[in-house]
Amino acid sequence: MSELIKKVKALLNDKTINVFVGYEKGSADRIRACFARNEAQANKVFFDASCTQNLAGYLLKHEVKHFGKLGILANVAALRSIMQLASEFQIKDGEVYVLFANPDGTFVEFNDFHSIEAYLQTTDTGIKAEEQERIASLEAMSNNERWLFWNKEFEKCIKCYACRAACPMCYCHRCTTDVNQPQWIPVASHERGNLDYHLMRAMHLAGRCVNCGECATACPMDIPLNLLTYQLISPIKETFGATAGMKADATYALSTYKPDDKENFII
Amino acid sequence: MQEFEPKIVAFVCNWCTYAGADLTGTSRIKYSANVKIIRFPCTGRIDFMILMKAFENGADGIIVSGCHPNDCHYSTGNFHARRRWIVFRNLLNFTGIDTERIQFSWVSAAEGFKWADVVNNTVKKIKEIGPYENYKKIAVSTLFNEEGASNE
Amino acid sequence: MEKELKILKYSDLPKLIERFRSQGFPVLAPVRKGKVVEIEQVQTIDEIALDVLLSTQSAKKAAFPKVEKVLDYTLAKSGVTQQPVDLDSFQETILFGVRPCDASGFKSLDAIFGEEPKDQFYLQKKAKSTIISFSCPVADEYCFCTSVGGGPGNTTGSDLQFTGISKDEILVEILTEKGTKLSALFADLLSVAGSGIDKSKFLADVKVVFDVDGVVKKTTASFNNAALWLDQSLRCIGCGACAFVCPTCACFDFQDEQNTKKGVRLRLWDSCGFSLFTLHTSGHNPREVQSQRWRQRILHKFAYMPEQLHVVGCEGCGRCSRACPVDMNIKEHLTSIGAIV
Repeated sequence: MSELIKKVKALLNDKTINVFVGYEKGSADRIRACFARNEAQANKVFFDASCTQNLAGYLLKHEVKHFGKLGILANVAALRSIMQLASEFQIKDGEVYVLFANPDGTFVEFNDFHSIEAYLQTTDTGIKAEEQERIASLEAMSNNERWLFWNKEFEKCIKCYACRAACPMCYCHRCTTDVNQPQWIPVASHERGNLDYHLMRAMHLAGRCVNCGECATACPMDIPLNLLTYQLISPIKETFGATAGMKADATYALSTYKPDDKENFII
Repeated sequence: MQEFEPKIVAFVCNWCTYAGADLTGTSRIKYSANVKIIRFPCTGRIDFMILMKAFENGADGIIVSGCHPNDCHYSTGNFHARRRWIVFRNLLNFTGIDTERIQFSWVSAAEGFKWADVVNNTVKKIKEIGPYENYKKIAVSTLFNEEGASNE
Repeated sequence: MEKELKILKYSDLPKLIERFRSQGFPVLAPVRKGKVVEIEQVQTIDEIALDVLLSTQSAKKAAFPKVEKVLDYTLAKSGVTQQPVDLDSFQETILFGVRPCDASGFKSLDAIFGEEPKDQFYLQKKAKSTIISFSCPVADEYCFCTSVGGGPGNTTGSDLQFTGISKDEILVEILTEKGTKLSALFADLLSVAGSGIDKSKFLADVKVVFDVDGVVKKTTASFNNAALWLDQSLRCIGCGACAFVCPTCACFDFQDEQNTKKGVRLRLWDSCGFSLFTLHTSGHNPREVQSQRWRQRILHKFAYMPEQLHVVGCEGCGRCSRACPVDMNIKEHLTSIGAIV
């Protein structure tokens, strides 16, 4: 642990970075994000296997960016978020100092996007088995059963937008939900408003979701929102050969096409 | 009892299917009157939320139709639309929305007969499946204090 | 009124719900739904999760729901015809098994919605709600009710309060006229409580962690302390989870939904944590960044409400901290404000 703190202090001291986005111990055994800007704050930086939050979303937060050069303690999900954000021109190579927390407890510096890409090729970036099973069990249901399942889940939604706020890919300054001319999504958190919101969110993340699961973790009402976007990952890979968050110069699957894209439902 | 007359909304592109539907009319080919056509510049402009709005306002079925691949007036609009529909259909299926009720088709300006077929077959299919009860439970009109506030 | 003490048997609780239901009163109570606990209409005692510390959301929805129709209207060529919602149509409702902090939360809402012009939608619904709170035998580390003037056995806002005093018996405190009226429905199940029952023995021990008057003074004085608010809110992601689970947050928004012939006006929850909350049409946003929004949340509860409405806008339930996806802990933040010298 002291090694990580030492590293952060060194980075701050030699002005490589102005702020280090890492983890600290929070309340009731929770782990939370910390923003170390000086020695005292650096002393709080902490890491163990329970530090799972994807911190990449903070790289685009106005007040965090305002400090100047950012450093981040990244897990695999954060690395992929950085790749995806780079492909969407939100982060430039060299703009962020990336310290990767290896699952084996060591820390690796990634000096450029190329080394992140190379690492991601060698590691498991897939959806957890447990989530795959949940998706499979939903897919095995009848259409109507799925409708009832999601009805029940969306009924709980209070439209606090924690899912959107927690998602590193939801960085639009003016989300479709917030636009009122035309008003695509009812503001009300009634059945239709909730369904529209979640369909829209899933669709806008299709081909961009890096399966970090922050949306579902953030949801105070425990709605398994991540399944909506996770379910689209494999069809997009199979049909278009695209996986989000693997390459810094990737093209977004839904903003391109191939003349011979295959489908079986257009007559 | 009266036969169920489904409400079908067709979202079509200006350059091919709309012209095709026009040809159907000028050729005096009869087709079902259940369909209400909404013209768009291009299938690439048909946002997925537009389809949801149709269901929310009481549609039982939807037709989305545009130029055949390689025939888009804007070269690539229908290619982009096709990708979007592939993904969107997956999402709709996963959330339990009835994709049987959405018919996608390519109808060119010369295919007056095909347009009549697409409409007639869709109407026939929706008549068999019946009204979209699931969606009617959450339709816009459910907020209103009296029944029958349709938007025709 | 003078409070009355009675004893009720645990085994009679099912009968209680039955009687409320047979009178046609909807009963709202905490119900377990997976990991969350919602306050919902129940039919029998079995549905009620009486053992949970707190429901995920507060009980405010009984009088201030997330979506509430306030107007029907018809559109015609001749103009708009309005059909106001019938305020007498609200049903007498019983809130059962909520916590003292839920009940006392209504005091803050009463103060907010009771200001002129009075909010009849809230006030009528509240007037028709009878609150049976259950005192807290346990608390967790997010609870700080005692620091903001409440407590695990606080009776403020409750019409009846139940406290488990043994495996079989419940101490029933009849606190208000409404409580007396409702308790008449189960008077035969109540027996006289012997004198000398020490209710405090059956309550959780919630330590006072800050002096609320000091916090009120210091939050008011800290308006311009930008560094304080920034430090506290750097990890805040700007969602509305805290406001929506809060028993006292009362901000709302109006939206119309209509087709070409008919429409409704809806009142919906809103939150000062959203960047859109203060965005002007011009594009200017007086609360430009999240730290200013966080400051607003704290100041509203601990400076503006005490000043203008003479109540602190926080019950110390800690729901906001439990719901927060990024562990913004209000107890910790208030304690640190209280420690400012």
